[in-house]
Amino acid sequence: MVGLNERVMSHHTIEVENLSFRYPDGRLALDDVSLTVAPDEKVALVGPNGSGKSTLLLHLNGVLRSPTGTIRLGGLPLNDRNLGQIRAWVGLVFQNPDDQLFSPRVYQDVAFGPLHMGLPEAEVRARVERALAVVGMGDYAERVSFHLSVGEKKRIAIATVLSMEPKILVLDEPSAGLDPRARRHLIALLRDLKQQTMLISTHDMRLAAELCARAVVLDGGRVVAEGPTEHILNDADLLERHGLEKPF
Amino acid sequence: MNFSLQERYRAGDSLLHRLDPRIKVVVTLVLIVGIVMTPSAAWPAYALLWVLLGGLALLGRLGFWRLARTAGLALPFSLAAATLMFTTPGNEVLRVFGLVVSDAGLARFAAVLLKSWLAVQAALLLAMTTPFTDLLWALASLRLPQTLVAIIGLMYRYLFTLRDEAERLMRARAARSGSAANHRSGGSLGWRARVAGGMVGSLFLRSYERSERVYAAMLARGYTGRMRALDPPPLRWQAVVLGGVPLAALAIIQLLAARWWA
Repeated sequence: MVGLNERVMSHHTIEVENLSFRYPDGRLALDDVSLTVAPDEKVALVGPNGSGKSTLLLHLNGVLRSPTGTIRLGGLPLNDRNLGQIRAWVGLVFQNPDDQLFSPRVYQDVAFGPLHMGLPEAEVRARVERALAVVGMGDYAERVSFHLSVGEKKRIAIATVLSMEPKILVLDEPSAGLDPRARRHLIALLRDLKQQTMLISTHDMRLAAELCARAVVLDGGRVVAEGPTEHILNDADLLERHGLEKPF
Repeated sequence: MNFSLQERYRAGDSLLHRLDPRIKVVVTLVLIVGIVMTPSAAWPAYALLWVLLGGLALLGRLGFWRLARTAGLALPFSLAAATLMFTTPGNEVLRVFGLVVSDAGLARFAAVLLKSWLAVQAALLLAMTTPFTDLLWALASLRLPQTLVAIIGLMYRYLFTLRDEAERLMRARAARSGSAANHRSGGSLGWRARVAGGMVGSLFLRSYERSERVYAAMLARGYTGRMRALDPPPLRWQAVVLGGVPLAALAIIQLLAARWWA
């Protein structure tokens, strides 16, 4: 079983095919979206507010489910049977760290994922320590998350999924609400995470340019453009048309 | 995640929708008091009350059965009265785990169930035909203390925000509820309970902090503890007459009940 999983995970791709999603109120949020992210690739998902970016990301570890279209993560189709496994592989970092951090203390939040996976205690402790060290928040384990700054919360939020040692990281607007220094820290942090496939939804064109070689433009629930980030970010017309702007 | 927390108002243009909200509030309160005061063994009276409420539901184009079904949601709360079955003296009809259920007790319990179901239908009629803002000014012009009206209004406004907040917390938990090969996932019951407890605590802290922000924003706009509202429109005599119709029906049912069925 372990052998099988490792073989499957040897390519941690994100594959989305013909995904459509309608909210219960009838609004079409995703309209026939297809998207592939290769192993260890970092892809930026850009688009205006309400374009369906967050909705797409919520599908990637089964928080939202749609009857139309298929999603495969690390080669494994997303279905009821694989849901637990996929949630362990895919670390989803929400836009608002207040949503991500639901425990009173930092330590409890970072330990939640590994504890839920049923890992032995020593392993959980080691992972929490490693995850907090990676985001540079090693001294914060016993702090009350409620009192941290937004930048600190953001890093803790990333630690809460790193402790699960995910193969795929999905980040929703990671730089939203950060001051320039916290933003620089975040970009450096994400750049140093080389073991993970990443899909980053953002309005921050410079972050996209710095981190991602490829970008996908989503608008009105459809993929309207896709290509090397450099090309996309230099196409002023395209960006203008879809509510974005050139970074420089 | 499915919360049965939702807006009850059903937009419409029926006679019931258009009726002055002050009249609707008063009629609803009187109906509820009347329902509760029905003598407990007056079974025909319950049927008539149901017909009365159902008739109002049809008048409001809400659907007779739908109203009855929706009111059923509140029934579990009246289970608190289940002890009446065992504590009311009377003839034994049944034994459950050595406890005696009396006929009088059973009847009283059934009456409580029926009364709460009917009373909830009356309240739903009001909620389904009156926009919440109208209810608020109606309550205010019926001399309910300003502070109380403000609290009800704010509670209603933020109830849905709170629900969304709770939903997002649960979504975050679900997103990290993974499993690993060769390990039993999910954790122990005690641990899950502690996590849930932490979530409730976080929710409380956030609500508390939000309330302070909201209050600051209200102060910044000149709030002095009084909600200012436009003057309510004058009460028209047609509305009063219309409101009198269900009350007259209620009075007749109560008279019949007191005279023959009590």
